[in-house]
Amino acid sequence: MGLALLAIIWLITFFSTYFFVAKTWWLPHGASTSAAFIDNQFALTYVLMGIVFVAAQGALGLFVWQYRDRAGAKKVEYSHGNTKLEVLWTALTAVLFVGLNLMGSSVWAHERFAPAEAGSVPVEVTGMQFAWYFRYPGADGKFGATSPTLMDPSAGNEAAVGLDTTDAAAKDDVVTGTMYLPVNRQVDLRLRAVDVIHSFFVPNMRFKQDAVPGLEIHMHFTPTEVGDYEIACAELCGLGHYKMHGMLKVVSQEDFDKWLAAREAEKQ
Amino acid sequence: MAGGAGGGETIMVAQDAHDPHGNDPHGHAIHAHAAPTSFIRKYIFSLDHKVIGLQYYFLALTAVFVGMFLSLLMRIHMIWPTANLPLLGHIQPETYLSLLTMHGTIMVFFVLTTAPQGGFGNYFLPIQIGAPDMAFPVLNMLSFWTTFIAFVVILAAFFVTGGAPLHGWTGYAPLSALPSAGPGEQLGADLWIASIAIFCVASLMGALNFITTTLDLRAKGMTMMRMPLTVWAWFITAILGLLAFGVLLSAGILLLLDRNLGTSFYVPLVVVNGQIMGHKGGSPLLWQHLFWFFGHPEVYIAILPGMGVASQLLSTFSRKPIFGYKAMVYAIMGIGFLGFMVWGHHMFMSGMSPYSAFAFSIMTMAIGVPSAIKTFNWLGTIRGGRVRFQTPMLYAIGFVSLFVSGGLSGPFLAQPVLDIPLHDTAFVVGHFHLIMGVAAIFGMFAATYYWFPKMFGRMMNERWGRIHFFLTLAGTYAIFMPMHYLGMAGQPRRYSQFTELAYLQHLIPLNTFMTYAAFVTIGAQLIFVINLFWSMFKGPKANDNPWEATTLEWTTATPPPHDNFGGKTPVVYHGPYEYSVPGAPKDYVMQTDPATVSSH
Repeated sequence: MGLALLAIIWLITFFSTYFFVAKTWWLPHGASTSAAFIDNQFALTYVLMGIVFVAAQGALGLFVWQYRDRAGAKKVEYSHGNTKLEVLWTALTAVLFVGLNLMGSSVWAHERFAPAEAGSVPVEVTGMQFAWYFRYPGADGKFGATSPTLMDPSAGNEAAVGLDTTDAAAKDDVVTGTMYLPVNRQVDLRLRAVDVIHSFFVPNMRFKQDAVPGLEIHMHFTPTEVGDYEIACAELCGLGHYKMHGMLKVVSQEDFDKWLAAREAEKQ
Repeated sequence: MAGGAGGGETIMVAQDAHDPHGNDPHGHAIHAHAAPTSFIRKYIFSLDHKVIGLQYYFLALTAVFVGMFLSLLMRIHMIWPTANLPLLGHIQPETYLSLLTMHGTIMVFFVLTTAPQGGFGNYFLPIQIGAPDMAFPVLNMLSFWTTFIAFVVILAAFFVTGGAPLHGWTGYAPLSALPSAGPGEQLGADLWIASIAIFCVASLMGALNFITTTLDLRAKGMTMMRMPLTVWAWFITAILGLLAFGVLLSAGILLLLDRNLGTSFYVPLVVVNGQIMGHKGGSPLLWQHLFWFFGHPEVYIAILPGMGVASQLLSTFSRKPIFGYKAMVYAIMGIGFLGFMVWGHHMFMSGMSPYSAFAFSIMTMAIGVPSAIKTFNWLGTIRGGRVRFQTPMLYAIGFVSLFVSGGLSGPFLAQPVLDIPLHDTAFVVGHFHLIMGVAAIFGMFAATYYWFPKMFGRMMNERWGRIHFFLTLAGTYAIFMPMHYLGMAGQPRRYSQFTELAYLQHLIPLNTFMTYAAFVTIGAQLIFVINLFWSMFKGPKANDNPWEATTLEWTTATPPPHDNFGGKTPVVYHGPYEYSVPGAPKDYVMQTDPATVSSH
């Protein structure tokens, strides 16, 4: 029985670890400035936790086999523990866990404490059951007014977010169902939700943030590679949650300008 | 009321024959109530903590099969979304969300909270401290029947117009607050909230009883530092329950008001499908704060009793004192205390102030320290022991393995920066299923196999117990370990299908594997149920102390008499885990053995 336990615990440990080490399934390709850091922090955490995992499971399997009840087993050591050891591993764990945490905090601070840098592209993201809309302020650089009374989801785009066309600043606002961003330029996001909570999740950008009704949340990230990236909703928002998706197209600055101009022209 | 003349007819007729001390059962017992004589007072509206414990246990057993069945339907739907199931037909995406909501709610409240605390705690806490019953037997009965009503109410949500709610067990507002936000959000959602509120009331009653009993009814010599670690776990769990369920109760009432009386605690001005709802100024984050202020301690409410059981069993079956008893007690307290300061780690992506994330994340990492102490001490207990592999011990060892596996994904999720890719993905689902789901359930299995002889007077079948163990251990790992891989690859949780997003396609084979693993694992649970009921009637007769354990429940008859100790109050001379004491006649010293040999 001791051997069977050792075998199953070690086998579970081996298979669990194998798929992490072999990276059979891994984080999706990262294509933003923060991806490298987040991925490194992830890898560091997983190496450390992996060592603890293998050591703890390995010891568990070994001990139950080694100290099994059998003829000729050694006398049981009558002991109530060891205070020095307790203090040692308490201190080690505290240093490991808290240290790991502090290492990850600089990127968090960089992403979430500081506002977007000057010259970033302003985009408003609006989540509603079950679509994402993206608003660009147009040439004036100002988002026009929107109103809940004007929201008409069935009409899509400008009408869906309730754009108030009587507001001068709203005249050149563009609303689309696909997000376009120029590569290597920071995007200054403002996230909104009109009905329930949604979560704006772009796995390749290592970006996730809830969009909350009643809150306007400012966030920023910088895409670094041209390409098409899927957007998902990561917060349960109702029956269509699994199909509330969108597309982020990261293009060159030139293509971005062209695209925006074309959309402006369409509006006229 | 004294258990004298009026209480002469005890339930357990075999008591005189089994009483190891040969005391007169009609002697000097000071008992809160006489032994009942009618069927209804004995088995239905019983005041006896042992009967109430079994009632909780069988309620949880019913609930766990309902919950498992729902999870099986979910796994089937995820892989074969268009399948036409016999009797149930075609599961719609919204039905999937109802299954998910009810699975989570039933499992968390009616299984993970009900069996370890209400079931085993009720039955064994009084016996382990040498008390004749709980401090407030009537309150104890009310607490069970209130829980029962809560269970009926939640099941009713399946059968009302619109069906069960789809807002998840976390019930985030405004989704949960707006009847028009989706199917199931009408009467089904009201019933869901009502059920949870009723459950909170029941848990508050239970918590008061546990705390009072532990503090006031300990036998002579049973100092706090001689209490078994199971008692410590139930005691701290009760304190957590007292502080946490009150908050959830208030939060639930506010949610009901938002839904039915037009208040706006959680709902700002929102537009659902072009319609302006009548709310304004509420905060969706308020619900999350209140919910998780309950929800995180709830994790420990589910797992602490399992930790207590694991400690008790590892020491007993390794024939060795628990390594670092005091450290274990302080670790339970530390986990309980820190458990109230970490709720914000569920909200890193919620729009909460990013500065507060630092505080919550440091506290969360800090909670890893007492958790690690426990793991080290469990390993230290086995090391140098002489391990007996009876089924309860297998489950205790499985518990440690699962606790380690589920615990080590915690430091990923505790880092706000890693929550960016991992929050609300399958990684989180794998993490909490391993640690608060499967590990806690292994605690319950361990407790069932361990205390079954005491509860029913017979032994469970060892061979089928072992087969059940190996299938369940391998099966649960096969279901829940891959969830971490899925989450890393970005698979969001609560998705009814993976067909809409291109990057999820390559994960479908792994999901399919997990569904097959779920079939096998759930099938293996039938072995347990058959073993349980078969052994109840056909198992070999158990003696009073089949595991050669030391705590007070093993000093009394099997099953214990109505007043637990047959009219005698035990006197305690030793700590709870005195195994292999040098110079002792046997390799264990019972807590009631006279103080001649042991050092503690």
